[in-house]
Amino acid sequence: MLEFARWKYILVAAVLVLATIFALPNVFGEDAALQVVRKDRGAIETDGQRAVADFLRGKGVTFSRNYIDDGRLMLHFAAVPGVNENFTRDYVTALSFASRAPDWLRKIGLRPMPLGLDLRGGLYLLYQVDVDGAVAQVLEVYEQDLRRALSQDNVQFVDVVQVAEGTVKPNGLRVLLPAGADPAPARESVRRVLPDVTTSAQRGGVGPILQALLTATQLKERQDYAISQNLITLRNRVNELGVSEPVVQRQGIDRIAVQLPGVQNSAEVKDILGKVATLEFRLVDIQNSVSEAVQRGRAPFGSKLYETREGQPTLLKRDIIVTGDQLIDATTAATEQGPGVSVKLDASGGEEMLRTTRANLSKPMAVVFIEQRREEVDVGGEKVQRDIKEEKVINTATIQGIFSNSFQITGLGVNEARELALLLRAGALAAPIFVIEERVVGPGLGKENIEKGTSALIIGMALLFVFLLVYYKMFGLVANVVLLANVVLLAALLTMFKAALSLPGIAGIVLTVGMAIDANVLIYERIREEVRNGVTPQTAISKGFDKAFSAIADSNITTLIAGIVLWAFGTGPIRGFAVVLSLGIVTSMFTSLLGSRALLTLMYGGSRRPEKLLI
Amino acid sequence: MDILKSNGRIAFMGSRKLWYATSAILFVTALVALFANGLNLGVDFTGGITVEAKFTSEAQPEELRTGLARAGFKDVQVQNFGSSRDVAIRLPPPEGQSPDKIRADIERVLKSSDPNVVVSRLEVVGPQVGAELRNSAAVALISTLILIFIYVFIRFHAWQLSAGAIIAAIHDPIIVLGFFALSGIVFDLSAVAALLAVIGYSINDTVVIFDRIRERFEANKRMAPTDVLNQSINQTLSRTIMTSVTTLIVVVVLLLLGGAVLQPFSWALVVGILVGTYSSIYIAAAVALDMGLTAESLFPTRKKLAIDDMP
Repeated sequence: MLEFARWKYILVAAVLVLATIFALPNVFGEDAALQVVRKDRGAIETDGQRAVADFLRGKGVTFSRNYIDDGRLMLHFAAVPGVNENFTRDYVTALSFASRAPDWLRKIGLRPMPLGLDLRGGLYLLYQVDVDGAVAQVLEVYEQDLRRALSQDNVQFVDVVQVAEGTVKPNGLRVLLPAGADPAPARESVRRVLPDVTTSAQRGGVGPILQALLTATQLKERQDYAISQNLITLRNRVNELGVSEPVVQRQGIDRIAVQLPGVQNSAEVKDILGKVATLEFRLVDIQNSVSEAVQRGRAPFGSKLYETREGQPTLLKRDIIVTGDQLIDATTAATEQGPGVSVKLDASGGEEMLRTTRANLSKPMAVVFIEQRREEVDVGGEKVQRDIKEEKVINTATIQGIFSNSFQITGLGVNEARELALLLRAGALAAPIFVIEERVVGPGLGKENIEKGTSALIIGMALLFVFLLVYYKMFGLVANVVLLANVVLLAALLTMFKAALSLPGIAGIVLTVGMAIDANVLIYERIREEVRNGVTPQTAISKGFDKAFSAIADSNITTLIAGIVLWAFGTGPIRGFAVVLSLGIVTSMFTSLLGSRALLTLMYGGSRRPEKLLI
Repeated sequence: MDILKSNGRIAFMGSRKLWYATSAILFVTALVALFANGLNLGVDFTGGITVEAKFTSEAQPEELRTGLARAGFKDVQVQNFGSSRDVAIRLPPPEGQSPDKIRADIERVLKSSDPNVVVSRLEVVGPQVGAELRNSAAVALISTLILIFIYVFIRFHAWQLSAGAIIAAIHDPIIVLGFFALSGIVFDLSAVAALLAVIGYSINDTVVIFDRIRERFEANKRMAPTDVLNQSINQTLSRTIMTSVTTLIVVVVLLLLGGAVLQPFSWALVVGILVGTYSSIYIAAAVALDMGLTAESLFPTRKKLAIDDMP
């Protein structure tokens, strides 16, 4: 008998209605839009919205819609608007595209599926995080701490140096003690900073050497920290760029992928994103002579030789007062000495600054700007990548008063002040990063890809519809309805999962459409067989479904296996394809086993006892 | 409308020697092509730079090649891409120069040929990324095969069927790879994705036929295996062909309309579906038969317990 339980009808109907609503936002297309975000990254409230809207209306700029979305103000335009400089003073604006879907869809949280960079154009960067560089940075901090601990405990020492034990990169510190010194007290001081200390024997004229290596856990912690810190910093820097809907995410163990829709000029972006810039505040060494240090080619113990940006040598104390890590905010400021940057420190930085300025009133203090980049150098005919650390004293000034967590850096150009403030505000990178993969897709190509993908989908489906109609007649019509429902369901799932649609993703949808018919074919061929065996039409349909089930289930599993493996090993667009392929199998099972059965039972089931099936 | 009346008249198993020979020739040709020509690997796998540019009028690849050579670029490939106005330029991984400088140099050469040229795509893949992608593609391919083998072994209790499915599953991707090696079509990440889909698709076809074989053996345990296999293939033939035709329709549309970027993907699918359909019909079942598949191997009769012989 051909029957279908009422709850199954309700289930099929409910799923299809929900799917249609979820898939709906994708059909409206896009408007040119301007996205407005507050510079302080606070959410825009309705007064802000009104202010911006009034401002634009006052300027005679017309826009079709404006609303707040996720704290961002979106303005829709008929054509791409020119961005007004005045209005970007408090806000960061970004040109983008926004869905034309009606407000009620947006309000219930439904948005079209995001488009991958290959469909909308933009810049993709894959950064390699130099985790060894992160370890080197933390060693420098430990070196400072060690010097401080030794001095506090009044332990005499010759020097503290970095060591590379086992690996090529430095992974520990060595304290050199004067000849004949007792290593015990020094050991205690070192242990406070780095617990894992070994003492090595006295050799020649050199005194005892204490060696402290970072443990494996410490190394790993530091590397993890470097990556998560870099993620945050990159996110901040990307936000400062004013790009709409950027994506910054960790990829694998030590990589970060950055996606910037709409961006074409990669050189400028890479310059800002990749800068490892930080600041250090140090006291100027006024006891020793600079010229003497330059002549000897090395600084006296406890000091370090620097250059100003004009190439002037300067001698600074090794002890760092405050580093860029302790910085909370930096903004450009107009000071009496010209453009500058107003700096705010956190509590510990403020405390340290207070202590230093109190003890060193009227003494000079220097600001060191540190920038790291990678360069290719020729070493004996072989190209070697080398990290270059550039440390320049950007400013030396006498400590005029006692200050703690809020002060100004002066002596900068207008542009320098702006860039320094941006970089400081966005935070320093905890480790240098390098671009290892870069893809730029022009906006024209993205549009072309969408058009090609959609036309392939529509024409492919149209051909299938005709073919199925001719081959299976009435049942072909049912198959076509089912196929359409399958595409709607697939689009709804992709929209729900917010999976970015890429060109391979569209190809996956097209392929799924072709393969999804398989389940229907299996069922219909079985029905035909049953009809040939001479059973009644109703029994033929019902038996067809039952007998085809095991083959449908079996055959879909193999494609699902391929989809899952692809998802596990692929990245980016390939993953998109894998998601589409796997979801397509689930939706096609649902539509052909339940949807198609519901439709056929409605047509032929119950008391309607058809004489013949049009199959 | 019926394409084929499945009344079991085609004696597939009778001509299997001929199909073995055909497959052997295809397989060996594919392997030779793979070793002799190798695959024309895309930038995804080799690392390097790809620049795609759109000219306002017909592009002059030859002129660009000499222009780029004069600008100091070695091993440059310049090809039309999609249309006569589009070109794709491929360079080996940069050595000693920043990609930005290379990009600027290339743009200068392009601009000297056509001032209104637009760079529509730029890809720079570091050599280490290329090597990793190569590895993960190989791992993906092998793990798909292994997982499918495991599935096939669990699913079909007869090892003869598993062997047939596995041989077909190895046969298909090798021939598709051979096609890429012979044609010189760029083999990129999307082609790998298509290849995995092909493996899934081909096994899918095989599974449906095997399902029917099991059903027929169960229904009639005394029928000769050759007849059971012929009957099963005939009964599922119209489904096998229908599904291949519907899938081929969309894949050919994709090949023709999907644009140049999807060409490797679409080609892998077109060839894969053709080979996959053929191997399910002619290879998988035939191998199972030659391995000695009988009703007994699917539905073993219980052996008498030794206890019965005890006094």
